[in-house]
Amino acid sequence: MEGKNNIVFPAETLDLVKKIIARYPEGKQKSALLPILHVAQAEWKWCSSEVMDYVASLLSIKPIEVYEVASFYTMFHLEPVGEHVIEYCRTGPCCLMGGVEVYDHLKKRLGVETGGTSADGKFTVKEVECLAACGWGPVFQIREKFYMHLTKEKVDQIIDELGK
Amino acid sequence: MKILTEHIEVPGIETIDVYRKHGGYQAVEKALKKMTPDEVTEEVKKSGLRGRGGAGFPVGMKWSFLAKPEGVPRYLVCNADESEPGTFKDHYLMWKSPHTLIEGMIVSSFALGANTSYIYVRGELMYVIHILEKAIQEAYDKGLLGKNILGSGYDLDLYVQSGGGAYICGEETALLESLEGKRGNPRNKPPFPAVKGLWQCPTVVNNVESIAATSWIVNNGGDAYAQIGVGRSTGTKLISASGHIRKPGVYEIPLGITVEDFIYSDEWCGGIRDGHKLKAVVAGGSSVPILPAEMILTTATGEKRLMTYESLSDGGFATGTMLGSGGFIVMDETTCIVHNTLTFARFYHHESCGQCSPCREGTGWMDKVIKRIELGQGRKEDIDLLVDVAKKIEGNTICPLGDAAAWPVSAAIRHFRDEFEWHIEHPELATQPGAVYMRPGASWSN
Repeated sequence: MEGKNNIVFPAETLDLVKKIIARYPEGKQKSALLPILHVAQAEWKWCSSEVMDYVASLLSIKPIEVYEVASFYTMFHLEPVGEHVIEYCRTGPCCLMGGVEVYDHLKKRLGVETGGTSADGKFTVKEVECLAACGWGPVFQIREKFYMHLTKEKVDQIIDELGK
Repeated sequence: MKILTEHIEVPGIETIDVYRKHGGYQAVEKALKKMTPDEVTEEVKKSGLRGRGGAGFPVGMKWSFLAKPEGVPRYLVCNADESEPGTFKDHYLMWKSPHTLIEGMIVSSFALGANTSYIYVRGELMYVIHILEKAIQEAYDKGLLGKNILGSGYDLDLYVQSGGGAYICGEETALLESLEGKRGNPRNKPPFPAVKGLWQCPTVVNNVESIAATSWIVNNGGDAYAQIGVGRSTGTKLISASGHIRKPGVYEIPLGITVEDFIYSDEWCGGIRDGHKLKAVVAGGSSVPILPAEMILTTATGEKRLMTYESLSDGGFATGTMLGSGGFIVMDETTCIVHNTLTFARFYHHESCGQCSPCREGTGWMDKVIKRIELGQGRKEDIDLLVDVAKKIEGNTICPLGDAAAWPVSAAIRHFRDEFEWHIEHPELATQPGAVYMRPGASWSN
């Protein structure tokens, strides 16, 4: 199966997709949608309509069934993003630990507003709700990694490191 | 007394060999070889274990509702969608000791007669998903999962499912919708999942901590578990402690210690951070009513409040709160209650699935109105408007998200109305950076 614009998983990723689909009873392959959207986003950084159409074809479901799901769950990016997506927790417990001040510093440092991407295309900043790491706040996440106990200095270090 | 976290700091406990060296998987041996599924269920009933996700419904009773029609598969689904602000205990447990959950999944699946089970983990915890998947593979390799486990004739396949970032999927029917590859819109009940759950088959959905506790119950008996705790609050509970305390983190407490001990003892939170005083606590995750210092420490009848389901809710919402998920958020005198309430209102607005009008519209109203109060643009009538909107959401939605959104707003106004009024009457002061209202004569408890 091949999508438009050469959207197609490499062979080993297709094997993974098959394994994921095998977790569910026959005919219930739609259950694989969220896990496969994560795999697709890891491959193409964001979920374009071409990517979503391709995922629909892999699962033999209608494209609308993918769009409505991808747009419901906040982890799926429906627009292009920078190289590193910083997902910053904005909920109460992190705010108690100075999360707002650190967040303001982060945005200033990158010269972006919430949702924006830095001029060099390296960082996109998004606000997210509670990441279940309240005792280690303030926190943000980049891909799978949690950055905890954030301070302005720590944010500078992380940006320096990843921005190289 | 530690049941779930006794060995959690042992190096290598995430591997099956170290976990077994510390007594791991004995419950699987015992349950599958020496007990019947009904006997396991009976022990869980006797234990008095209550759902640790927040609702506190007896686990054994929930299991006993499971329909068992011939020839229809049954499922156990673990709710690891932990998203309630203030709660990070399941995250901690799965990250540090994945086999604790997997062992509980095997024992519980056996009791329910499920041959396929799923652990639904919030997608943000992808690194935890990898940890669980690695541990599950180890369990397959040792014959603890798959066909004919330990020669008992019992088969179980266990899979991890990733969510996609949606608080609502912690509601069990929304979770099932999500696991079917759909938007997380809660279902109307009845039918309950015990009758028609995953793919319309009988299903039990339990929280991580509840499932993890079943191994100890199998090993030591339901009666032994019931001896820990006070009254109907049996056993231990993982408490996620955050905010202005000296030692934030996850603590396993025997239910029944005093709230005062939990906050001030060095064994737990270690007291309020240096030089500060306790102002308020949200004891059970963002959705439960916030209480001022004096009310969280002491009930209306003057008794020391305990960390139990009953004592925390003593006095109803007038003076009490709930144990909920055990998300214990502590605030000192530097905390602006209006701002904190705004973050919660914004959270529920963001997380409402949009299915029921009172929640979809009401959460948006509350977010908007509190925001304008916080920004110094509040109107005199706004406080009563908030109370009115909260009242109209409560009880009028398919799932409990509506209640969860209404309670923090109405409780903040109930106990800190003067702070909201101050914001409206003195916007020039309230909008100063770091501004916090000081109640005249306030002496926050130490």
